[in-house]
Amino acid sequence: MLLIKCPYCEMERPEIEFRYAGEAHVARPLDPAAQSDADWAGYLYLRSNPKGLHFERWHHVHGCARFFNVARDTVSDRILATYKAGEPKPDPAALAAPEAAP
Amino acid sequence: MSAYRTPSGGRIARSRPLKFTFDGVAYTGCEGDTLASALIANGVHLVGRSYKYHRPRGILSAGPEEPNALVEIDRGYGRVTPNLRATQVVLFDGLVARSQNNWPSLKFDVGAVNSLFAPLFSAGFYYKTFIGPRLLGPNWAWAKVYEPIIRQAAGLGRPPKDPDPDFYAQTFAHCDVLVAGAGPAGLAAALAAGEAGARVILADEQGEMGGSLLSAAPGATIDGKPASAWRDEAMARLVALPNVRLLPRTQVFGYFAQNFLGLVEQCADHLAHPDAGRPRERLWQVRAKRVVIATGAIERPLVFPGNDRPGVMLADAARIYATRYGALAGRRAVVLTATDTAYDAALVLKEAGARVAVIADVRATPGEAALAAAKAAGIDVRTSTTIFETKGRLRVSGVTLASVRDGRLNKGDTIACDLVLMSGGWTPSVHLFSQSRGKVAWSAEANAFLPGASAQAERSAGACRGTFVLADVLDEGWRAGAEAASIACGTPASARAFAVEAPARSATGILGACPMTGATQPAFVDLQHDVTTKDLKLAAQEGFRSIEHVKRYTTTGMATDQGKTSNLNAMAITAENTGKTIPQVGLTTFRQPYTPVTFGSLAGHNRGDLFDPVRRTPIHAWAEAQGAAFEDVGLWKRAHYFPKAGEDAHQAVARECATVRTTAGVFDASTLGKIEVVGPDAAEFLERMYVNPWKKLEVGRCRYGVLLNEAGFIIDDGVVGRIATDVFHVTTTTGGAQRVLTMMEDYLQTEFPDLKVWLTSTTEQWAVIAVQGPKAREIIAPLVAGIDLSPAAFPHMALREGKICGVDTRLFRVSFTGELGFEINVPANAARGVWDRVWAEATKHNACAYGTESMHVLRAEKGFIIVGQETDGTVTPDDVGLTWAIGKAKRDFVGKRSLTRPDIVAAGRRQLVGLKTQNPKRLLEEGAQITAQPSPKSGTPALGHVTSSYWSPALGSSIALALVADGRKRMGETLHVPMPDGAIAVEVVSPVFVDPKGEKLNG
Repeated sequence: MLLIKCPYCEMERPEIEFRYAGEAHVARPLDPAAQSDADWAGYLYLRSNPKGLHFERWHHVHGCARFFNVARDTVSDRILATYKAGEPKPDPAALAAPEAAP
Repeated sequence: MSAYRTPSGGRIARSRPLKFTFDGVAYTGCEGDTLASALIANGVHLVGRSYKYHRPRGILSAGPEEPNALVEIDRGYGRVTPNLRATQVVLFDGLVARSQNNWPSLKFDVGAVNSLFAPLFSAGFYYKTFIGPRLLGPNWAWAKVYEPIIRQAAGLGRPPKDPDPDFYAQTFAHCDVLVAGAGPAGLAAALAAGEAGARVILADEQGEMGGSLLSAAPGATIDGKPASAWRDEAMARLVALPNVRLLPRTQVFGYFAQNFLGLVEQCADHLAHPDAGRPRERLWQVRAKRVVIATGAIERPLVFPGNDRPGVMLADAARIYATRYGALAGRRAVVLTATDTAYDAALVLKEAGARVAVIADVRATPGEAALAAAKAAGIDVRTSTTIFETKGRLRVSGVTLASVRDGRLNKGDTIACDLVLMSGGWTPSVHLFSQSRGKVAWSAEANAFLPGASAQAERSAGACRGTFVLADVLDEGWRAGAEAASIACGTPASARAFAVEAPARSATGILGACPMTGATQPAFVDLQHDVTTKDLKLAAQEGFRSIEHVKRYTTTGMATDQGKTSNLNAMAITAENTGKTIPQVGLTTFRQPYTPVTFGSLAGHNRGDLFDPVRRTPIHAWAEAQGAAFEDVGLWKRAHYFPKAGEDAHQAVARECATVRTTAGVFDASTLGKIEVVGPDAAEFLERMYVNPWKKLEVGRCRYGVLLNEAGFIIDDGVVGRIATDVFHVTTTTGGAQRVLTMMEDYLQTEFPDLKVWLTSTTEQWAVIAVQGPKAREIIAPLVAGIDLSPAAFPHMALREGKICGVDTRLFRVSFTGELGFEINVPANAARGVWDRVWAEATKHNACAYGTESMHVLRAEKGFIIVGQETDGTVTPDDVGLTWAIGKAKRDFVGKRSLTRPDIVAAGRRQLVGLKTQNPKRLLEEGAQITAQPSPKSGTPALGHVTSSYWSPALGSSIALALVADGRKRMGETLHVPMPDGAIAVEVVSPVFVDPKGEKLNG
């Protein structure tokens, strides 16, 4: 079970308090009517699904009920950063730096 | 005393005998025995039949790696546990054990004829058996011939039949240092960390901690004391440390992300009469800052012809049985070895009173010290020698040796024996390390895979990282524990040296099979799954190269023991078969759990009544007292119908429906989801979420809202009322309450953070009493104060605040039946009182209470959809005729853009229609497919499907709702619903069956 630091509660809580909520930084177009069919289909359905660093949303459903963002390595399952919704994506280079040897 | 019990020595209490039975035969063991050691002390080796071939099998090992000695333990009602390893079952007085997978008996097992059909069960047999004569249809051979035979023949134990009467505890724990394994390395690590003040958990699978120290060589000393005395002192020291928690009988079974480990503690199964308040097992979920893995090593069997007979045993297991349990595994032993440690086993057995006929060493040059010791004891040692075949049926009775010269075998003499000890060397237990996602690395020097780069905060110490010399093991354990405590607690690490005297034996051996050219007996690699060298060879011949494929094709290493004794040999044999090196072949992945874990411990208390929470409305007790039948709707218990004496469900529903249409009915709608949407931007927020326009909705009016997802599909609906300019009372479907609130929160927090809106779930604050029918107004009128109920003052789709029975109410004039209707929202704690008064009024008018089934019928008669029944996540508003609800002038709302996607506007979409069967008595099945022809050709796509189907009391006929391609253009057409007993002809009609003009609503 992962420990996830909720950036609103500012504490690490067990994974069972949270629910996964899809890829992060997929903003709803400000004017959907102006979107081409292909662009809109991309917004609806196309996700990056990377092996490695992934920016994703989590919902502190059994806590503060806030949605926030997590940078997680999908290979090691290591959570590299958590940050509030609306905050910019952290620099991947800084996140990818190896942690102190375990 | 049992026949094979040594007169003295070991850690058993000979003065405390324990009675037990195995397959109905009574035996006696001692306190301190395992079931396996007690059986061995009684001379019993035949304990099971093998998985595929039903070959007689004996006890192979003395630990959790046991592949053969799987037994069923029966502790009475509901307490029958199959597939337990006899080597781990702690003996208690009255224990009842049974062998598995044999019929009619262990000694005479009919299933053993499977051995004659060995080709049927060769590698990949279950893939090949799918192939049969095509004429008889696909899978004929599998379904009719092979599966019944295989199901009958193959297998392990039987699952218990009765509900589990025990309870299982679960606990979370945190510590600075978790030490997995309490052998010499683990004890040293726990001492180092404990004395440094760290919070330590030390867990060991056995009841007695100490690991190999419990069976140490008599001469071995640590710091000048006998090894067992040193162990006793170390344990006393650990017990005295308040910061150290000792968990005996606790298996660390899983190493998960972020140093989270799963442990399962046996709390009761080792006791003859556990008290009822004791859980059977306790699941520990431990978050450790640092982990010291001290899980030791497992001795490898040798792969030689006939190596599976009862009496063929791992050499060190026999040594442990003799030294720790005082149980002699045989009287006349032959030792086959590829490592020096087996020489010690031979010496121990000889000392304990057995004859060692010969030590056959497959190597040309054994270690000098080991060889000298054996020779000094007068044991015949033959190098470059292997076993060509074994004799005996239910117990080994002899072996034929063969000398090996340049890969060729020269058959030698046959030696009588009742015990064959074998040792191929030692495999470090890297399971937990590998589970932690650390990368194992091949060490040519150790001839083993050892822990390489760590992925988590752990260190391995001792035999599990290839260290076998006791002095080094203790040293490594101490350093790992001290370092872990130092990192976890920020204190300097202490140093300690151990003075050890013990024979140092090399533990390296060979990997793979012994030479066996010309031999005919099968040589087993995986004993639990009956995989032989021939199977591995066949897999290579058939083109399987990757060890992952070989494993799945042959099933080697896939039994419940996960190949603890077989994987390395299978890998080495595959390397040879495919012309690769061992590191090129590599290991398969180690997965949790290390040993099987019961469902009970994982489920804990979450079973039976506690499996799911139950939600009941404030009216529940009343409905129960009325004799209502209930149905589960999500977690809610809802009154399904209210049968009167002598009525069945059908009759009750017919009466309820008719009563609502002619007089009135009262319905508990409290489970409706409710969300209070409040704030200066509340209307704008709903405008963006729902398809409907909200800004112009007057205070005191309501509107039927439709909610889409961004893909344009209906996901919820419900009436929304405007309480004030900035307050909306939103209702959702019963099942959608949480989902809608989560979706609203999501948009509010992340897409529309500019809006000033607050969302509050009020589902459980408001109880809802629906009164529906022509007499509805007359029923509630005497109870309502401060609200003008006249049709002009209070029209359909209006809401008013006032009092009912003196209680604050939000009174909605809405209808889900097509009749004049009110929904009385009152605070939940006052609801029962209001309900009772409403009911009293209702009975004056001969109105009824109705349940969810009648609610469904009444709404279907009106063509009202149920989200999740008429819709399935692919249905748009237009598909179900709800285009009228969409605010045409709105620039945007969730899902709007998708409503102009090409597929959404294309012709041929399935649209909501009504269906009437030509035979009005015939009911359709919900989910049934609809076609143009009564018996369409196979492969013809359906035009649609039936979404709802009921008997309509109002029409006196069956009715159905359906989604049909271009349905609205098909009014009057005859379509067909093919069923197993023939097609049912139906006419496509309007989905509104009753009061199509909606006149009754405005009564």
